Amino acid sequence: MNPGAAQKAGKTIKVDYLARVEGEGALRVRLRGDRVEEVKLEIFEPPRLFEGFLRGRRFDEVADITARICGICPIAYQMSAVHALEHALGVAIDPAVRALRRLFYCGEWLESHALHVFLLHAPDFLGCQDAFEMARHHRALVEQGLRIKKTGNALISLLGGREIHPVSAAVGGFYRVPSRRELRPIAEDLKRALDASLSAARVVSGFEFPDFQQDYEFVALTHPGEYPFNEGRLISNLGLDIAPAEFEEHFIERHVKHSNALQCQLRGRGSYLVGPLARFNLNYDKLPEEARQAAQDCGLAPPCRNPFRSIVVRAVEMVFACAEALRLIEAYEPPAAPKVEVEPRAGAGAAITEAPRGILYHRYELDSRGLIVSAKIIPPTSQNQRRIEEDLWHLVPQLLDRPPEELAWRAEQAIRNYDPCISCATHFLKLHLERDDSPFSGSLSGRAGLQPRSLP
Amino acid sequence: MIIGLGTDTGGDDAAGLLVARRLRELGVEAQDYSGEVLGLLDLWEGADSVILIDAMRSGRPAGTVCVFDPRQAPFGSEAFPVSTHGLGLFDALALAEELGRLPRRVVIYGIEGRNFAPCDEISPEVLAAVEDVARRIAREVSG
Repeated sequence: MNPGAAQKAGKTIKVDYLARVEGEGALRVRLRGDRVEEVKLEIFEPPRLFEGFLRGRRFDEVADITARICGICPIAYQMSAVHALEHALGVAIDPAVRALRRLFYCGEWLESHALHVFLLHAPDFLGCQDAFEMARHHRALVEQGLRIKKTGNALISLLGGREIHPVSAAVGGFYRVPSRRELRPIAEDLKRALDASLSAARVVSGFEFPDFQQDYEFVALTHPGEYPFNEGRLISNLGLDIAPAEFEEHFIERHVKHSNALQCQLRGRGSYLVGPLARFNLNYDKLPEEARQAAQDCGLAPPCRNPFRSIVVRAVEMVFACAEALRLIEAYEPPAAPKVEVEPRAGAGAAITEAPRGILYHRYELDSRGLIVSAKIIPPTSQNQRRIEEDLWHLVPQLLDRPPEELAWRAEQAIRNYDPCISCATHFLKLHLERDDSPFSGSLSGRAGLQPRSLP
Repeated sequence: MIIGLGTDTGGDDAAGLLVARRLRELGVEAQDYSGEVLGLLDLWEGADSVILIDAMRSGRPAGTVCVFDPRQAPFGSEAFPVSTHGLGLFDALALAEELGRLPRRVVIYGIEGRNFAPCDEISPEVLAAVEDVARRIAREVSG
């Protein structure tokens, strides 16, 4: 087909994916001439169904149930849940428990970032269709990624009892905590993962990045003296500075017709960006020396406004997670008791924690027996959804003279920058072109025309 | 090694987990595994032979059981699409083979599901198939 024809007529670009869960998601971009008329990202969102499922459950069942929402970030769901419930129940946790929860989160960031950096995002930059082709052409890099991921899993397993859907986090602490001796062996793995992450940061920083910068409002937690995980105020580069409990006063959720997911926006301001770029830009000075040095060596400095460079930021955050985990293990003294006793009472509480892909908000209301009256869960992907659409509004016009395969691939890549729940479905991303002057039927995979490249 | 895959809160997606639990009741060692599939490469490390049980969606009637060797997969990856996050089972199998980390013998028991929405009830046909598959595997490994 002649790409130039797109200048004259309307064109619809649709990127579909399949997911195991019910419902179908898709990206639909409608063009008229060189103008973008519509961008719709349709995302199916299981968390909202869980809100109803949680009503009537006991407060101490919530962490285990919400951990099952997602196979990649169960810790994030557990952490936001237990902190929100602790606020509702007036529970203060032992500082040693707080440190262990940070360690728990290090495992999840490592595991999730390693998967995204090496197996989902790197193929875009190395001309590979998928993780399988990556393994064929860049085996050492894939094996390095899998080793880092394994270390993250091992850390989660140690603290959570089970790697996926951990069961050990509880309101008030943990059901069980490790001894100093149990933690020691994993330090050796973490040292190796730290070296591997430093080397990965150097490799990915050499990738070729499209020249694409946007004027984002970055939103992330911030905490004095530490890079954020479980606690802090919610801030932005445009002056937002609130406690997590004030979230719903400042953010609104909108039903949009094209998606069953609710889009979250800043009241009176619109879209915003959560995740690695936001955390890095707002908390650069809180990174430990190793991670700051890694960023500098990669030529990365805040503010980074190019979402394609998020792969470098994730690599720097892997360096952070390894360094922080090693520091926590070194300083660890087990708490006096794994958890404090918690008495049910009526109340409400909210919490925000930093899931690998951005802030995760939970709010619960309890009755006097400790049963859930209402639950609200706002995952990072629904917060980034509007921002992803806006990136595409700006990106697509720059690509109109390119072949459709390349256009589709760049659009997919722009979505994958955010590591949303759907970024993993690379196998199923398909582009449908509909043009009213010359109907094109069939589908293309955006990565289908790529040629594998060597490492930078 | 026997591994049942799936999620507890995705309706019929729990089929593999239920088989693993039933096998343990029958005295057969089996693990359940939820979520991200690349973790399987670590889980089966060192195993010579692995049986995987997972829910599938191939358009067959609910409760249909298909047993096959993924190296000669008659279905392709479409019957075992991606989980809510992460790659699909076939991505993990293909990656493992490329990296030389696939056990010598792999058998997949696919149980066709109907309801996959979060918090769905498990279909009665799938429950019946779970019992059937657990007994078949128990017989296979004991004899």
